[in-house]
Amino acid sequence: MSASAITISGVDKFYGPIDRGVHAVKNLTMEIAKGEIVALLGSSGCGKTSTLRMIAGFEEVSRGAISVGGRKVHTLAPVKRNVAMAFEGYSLYPPLTVRENMAFALKAARLPKSEVDAKVASIAKLLEIEDILERYPSSISGGQQQRASLGRALIRNADLHLLDEPMGQLEPQLRAVLRGRIKHFIKERGLTAILVTHDQTEANALADRIAVMEGGVLQQFDTPDMIKRRPANLFTGTFVGEPPMNVFEAYVGNTVGKISLKLPDGLSLDYDKDAFSAPVRDQLLNRERVVIGVRPYAVRRSKDGVPATVSANQWLGDQTHIAADFAGGSLVLVEHDRTRLELGAPINVSIDPKNLHVFDQASGNAISHGMELA
Amino acid sequence: MEHTSLLERVLRGIALTLVVIFFMFPIVWIFMMSFQTNETILRIPPQLVFEPTLANYTALITGKLETASGTLDIAFMRNLWNSVFLSVTSVAVALLLGVPAAYAFARHKFRGSEDIAFTLLSFRFAPALLVLLPLTLYFQKLGLANTYFGLIWVYQLICLPLILWIVRGYFEDIPADIEYAYRIGGHSWFATFRKIALPLAGPGIAAAGLLAFIFAWNNFVFALVLASADKQPVTVGALAFITSSGIQYGQISAAIVLSITPTLALALYAQRYLVEGLSLGAVKG
Repeated sequence: MSASAITISGVDKFYGPIDRGVHAVKNLTMEIAKGEIVALLGSSGCGKTSTLRMIAGFEEVSRGAISVGGRKVHTLAPVKRNVAMAFEGYSLYPPLTVRENMAFALKAARLPKSEVDAKVASIAKLLEIEDILERYPSSISGGQQQRASLGRALIRNADLHLLDEPMGQLEPQLRAVLRGRIKHFIKERGLTAILVTHDQTEANALADRIAVMEGGVLQQFDTPDMIKRRPANLFTGTFVGEPPMNVFEAYVGNTVGKISLKLPDGLSLDYDKDAFSAPVRDQLLNRERVVIGVRPYAVRRSKDGVPATVSANQWLGDQTHIAADFAGGSLVLVEHDRTRLELGAPINVSIDPKNLHVFDQASGNAISHGMELA
Repeated sequence: MEHTSLLERVLRGIALTLVVIFFMFPIVWIFMMSFQTNETILRIPPQLVFEPTLANYTALITGKLETASGTLDIAFMRNLWNSVFLSVTSVAVALLLGVPAAYAFARHKFRGSEDIAFTLLSFRFAPALLVLLPLTLYFQKLGLANTYFGLIWVYQLICLPLILWIVRGYFEDIPADIEYAYRIGGHSWFATFRKIALPLAGPGIAAAGLLAFIFAWNNFVFALVLASADKQPVTVGALAFITSSGIQYGQISAAIVLSITPTLALALYAQRYLVEGLSLGAVKG
């Protein structure tokens, strides 16, 4: 991690006239270090692909600047930016074989043939497409095309590698294997990569840092671990994590020695005041309404907990997902053993204050995570 | 399909035969007429058996037309050459102008792009006679009347919109990302157009060019008004066979056979592209 590989500063993207068209990316600022792998994570239409395409030069930057390796590139033609890209739709050249597709850019850069052949062979081995090198794109499967397209991007020695949904079409086993190999490949060569994905497993597994986007706005840009443990706001909290975080609106009640988080349906989570750290307690007592969040695996069943009714029970082979009607909404909890609970069975749940995420009711910004302030 | 009954197959065969006869009859008849003299042609009832003569073709090729009232000079071979020259050049010019324009319309949405494209298309549904009079006046003023240059220019009204709209459909069918992939691989915009877009749209461009060629070849009214004898294509030149001593059916037929041969050959050769081009380019838009 030395100098920054790419700097995005104050970038806006409008489709249509500036300030009146569709505002796809809003005031985006990011800095990515050399040798880092960053995932842009978000749902469809969140602006992640627009961002990638602005970096590549296929979309104009409406406002702001993008530098790659210290060079302002956002006004340059794609050819001058020295970035490589794997496209979501593969976009292989139909009249060329897989080998020619992959070797293409290297040939354009006038590398000697022996070197090109060696590189193609090694990437093909990495991606397990050695057997289809002489085939044409139209005669191979979607997954194979995707790997060929990925190979075409990885083979290049570019300042920046952009990967748009690089593994969406692969079968799960292969995807898991390739994730590891590709990460190793990128790290070994010290390449910088930005990948766009809506698959959080992929983002978690590949990326050093994840940029969560929603509605064109960067919500949080942090390591996978921090995003999981300290989500910056309600959106990141509920978007990242599988199954998603349980959230409830709560009124903060203050009786002698106790803090009660009053939920709908007359339910209440009661804690000793001392169960919270002092700054968190102060924050809670200063507010009337908050939104509380808890990860499904942090919800415990206990005799003296708050009552809930089982509405679904799924054994996934290695863990049980139990959904329960709770406080006018639904609560999901994860247990690692196979749990036999009939539909409609009453259970009692409790939540350790250490696992409680508190968000501001109006803005959705995080207030505290467990014992620490956000 | 393998479950069709005998009756169905017979009926289908009859239907197909009828259609083929209906469409082929005029061509076959003209072909036969071209080997007959005016007397045998005009005999009533017409006869299928006759003594073939090459006199019509000889007359066309030598340019000497023997009629009852003497020998007439006709410029058929010259007309045929004019047709070839005008059509080929017009299509070439239209391709040079139209293909890059189609690419621009397909790839870049700029202010008024749809309006410009539509205006170009509207040239095709304006009746030719509507534009002819002003065009003739202007052309005479500018000295363009009765020049190849002027004719080729006017032929762009026929060729350019056709090529533009068909080829545009083809370009739109090519995923833009393929071009982006090429550009990001270190190639300029122009190299991408040449090496990726053009080859991929190749069949469409061929089809559009062919169609434009046929339309240009068959054009009559522009050439009739704007060209005099030495610049006329065959469509207009055929009028010369209506002589003072009667209509020379034999020569007309021979002229038709000679003049449709190039387009027919081209169309048959490129039939596949043509159908593809029509269904793709015409339906989309």
